[in-house]
Amino acid sequence: MKKAVSTSLLGLALMMSASSLAFAQDKTAKIGVLNDQSGLYADVTGPGSVVAAQMAVEDSGLLAKGWKIDVVIGDHQNKPDVGSNIARQWFDVDKVDAIVDVPTSSVGLVVNNIVKEKNGVYLNSGSGTSDLSNAQCSPNTIHWAYDTFQLANGTGSAMVKNGGDTWFFLTADYAFGTALERDTTNAVTAKGGKIIGSVRPPLNTADFSSFLLQAQASKAKVIGLANAGGDTINSIKQASEFGIVKGGQKLAGLLMFITDVHALGLPVANGLSFTETFYWDLNDGTRGFSKRFQARMKNKNMPTTVQAGVYSSLIHYFKTLDAMGGNSHDGLKIVNAMKAAPTDDIIFGKGTIQPNGRKLHPAYLFEVKKPEESKGPWDYYKLVATIPADQAFTPLDKSACPLLKKT
Amino acid sequence: MSINLQALSAQLLVGLINGSFYALLSLGLAVIFGMLNIINFAHGAVYMMGAFAAYFLLNLAGIGYWPALILAPLAVGLFGMVMERTMLKWIANLDHLYGLLLTFGLALIIQGVFQNYFGSSGLPYAIPDALKGGMNLGFMFLPIYRGWVVIFSLVVCLATWFLIERTRLGAYLRAATENPTLVRAFGINVPLMITLTYGLGVGLAALAGVLSAPINQVRPLMGADLIIVVFAVVVIGGMGSIMGSIITGFTLGIIEGLTKYFYPEASNTVVFVLMVLVLLVKPSGLTGRAA
Repeated sequence: MKKAVSTSLLGLALMMSASSLAFAQDKTAKIGVLNDQSGLYADVTGPGSVVAAQMAVEDSGLLAKGWKIDVVIGDHQNKPDVGSNIARQWFDVDKVDAIVDVPTSSVGLVVNNIVKEKNGVYLNSGSGTSDLSNAQCSPNTIHWAYDTFQLANGTGSAMVKNGGDTWFFLTADYAFGTALERDTTNAVTAKGGKIIGSVRPPLNTADFSSFLLQAQASKAKVIGLANAGGDTINSIKQASEFGIVKGGQKLAGLLMFITDVHALGLPVANGLSFTETFYWDLNDGTRGFSKRFQARMKNKNMPTTVQAGVYSSLIHYFKTLDAMGGNSHDGLKIVNAMKAAPTDDIIFGKGTIQPNGRKLHPAYLFEVKKPEESKGPWDYYKLVATIPADQAFTPLDKSACPLLKKT
Repeated sequence: MSINLQALSAQLLVGLINGSFYALLSLGLAVIFGMLNIINFAHGAVYMMGAFAAYFLLNLAGIGYWPALILAPLAVGLFGMVMERTMLKWIANLDHLYGLLLTFGLALIIQGVFQNYFGSSGLPYAIPDALKGGMNLGFMFLPIYRGWVVIFSLVVCLATWFLIERTRLGAYLRAATENPTLVRAFGINVPLMITLTYGLGVGLAALAGVLSAPINQVRPLMGADLIIVVFAVVVIGGMGSIMGSIITGFTLGIIEGLTKYFYPEASNTVVFVLMVLVLLVKPSGLTGRAA
């Protein structure tokens, strides 16, 4: 009897060691890039994020160590239902390990829940809503590149400091827009500014003239554009047509990307100030990455903050997998290991990840150059101020993330 | 919300501007449907091509806005005629559904090709110098360019109506749709007329594209976003009715403008709500004849 017990114990032990051996030897990973491949956010995220993900796979050095890494692509068309279907299929059928990018906050939040339910890894660079590391934070999620708090804090505070103390918002009518309006309102009122009105055009509006007229009539000193991508481009272009800036009101593009500035052209965009966490011409690391990226893009665009974020997040993910010696496919365990290790890459430099899943790095206040100041194509930004990593994002003690209360 | 008369009149004027685009586009659709019996889903794509043609003329050949206003519709119209001769001609006698599917497929291909090369954010096109700036109307600041768009498109719409309803050429056209065989017997080249009509409809859409280039970004998807609204306009006005589509175009622009003032969240859907109502009450459209 005793012998039987010890034999079975031995068997069990052998089995366990065998399974952990299999564990250690599993050197496969499947990355899903989920974003808008052809709509209004396709230039900000889209195919460029896929290029960034592929570059991260190649630069990680894992392929040389015998890893097999696949990148799959999904087009969520900015629709939460489409996005959640793809995410579910990726986990259930295609056995995807990590979902990256996911712009459009309404989709980003839905996928956040699915990744948690399926115990995957979620590295979000595309969504803006700061809820991802606050009320809706998840142990499987790291919010990587930027968020609405950081945008609002950077641009909002700077505008109020320069005398822009009354605000009118043009807010895209969905999760991202309202989050950005809320966070900017907080930043502006904290500095003594006042909000005198807002209007909410639907997402993907072609003509903003009605809304701009309302903003003009409000006589607010600053018109805050709480929108993104094509919506921002159209509202800025049409604002210049209606003589809003000439009339003395200032425009605050709360979320601007380099592709937006490129599309507007410097004659229209010059003088705009906004906050970003990445610009291709910051240092040797960003320049090197961006030139390689540009060469691989069909439309020869420079990388946006989101696309650079996809690269940076995957580099850290691969480093973590490498350090763990294999892929356990256990999302929670991997994300915890990622949070525990400091980050260091050519995009954002050295950084850390907060327990609520917020990745920290510096943010920069930029101003768009005048046409005569630009030295060539894509030379668009002037650095006005650097906001250090510990001040750029929501302070931990103000984060509403339930994960923080347990510890 | 208290109603501010100044703001309201400003919104009405802005609505009228959008209405001009709806009118120009739905007019082209009505002409094509009336004469060719084709539901031209490629209309948004050719509108986009008009804007791109203006962009290329400026940036590759240095040809400015004014010549582009003529050259771009001509070029795109020619493209349309090739399309009609090589593809649409073969399905002329089949069910509407075939034309709809073919033109929809063409639209997707054209948009896809442009998107592949130019991305989705689009390209900038500046307002011509002569129309820069604006005037203060007291109740609003009207950019001169927008005023120009309203007047110009109104003139084009009326000229097209006159051409089709009041000239001999228009009479031939209308006759050719009623009874092509008989009109042919009188020695009139009906297939050529049909090709030219399609070219005219497409050219009108391209013209709208050129007009919109300085206001909106020149984007591959600019037509796809607009075409659904324009179809709603055509359905409300009555398929194939020339005057109906002009009037409905402008009216719906104004209604949309008012919605943007009173309840902006619904401004993208109000046109479709109206469409449903019209279909329930008068399925042939406000000015359409019963089929």
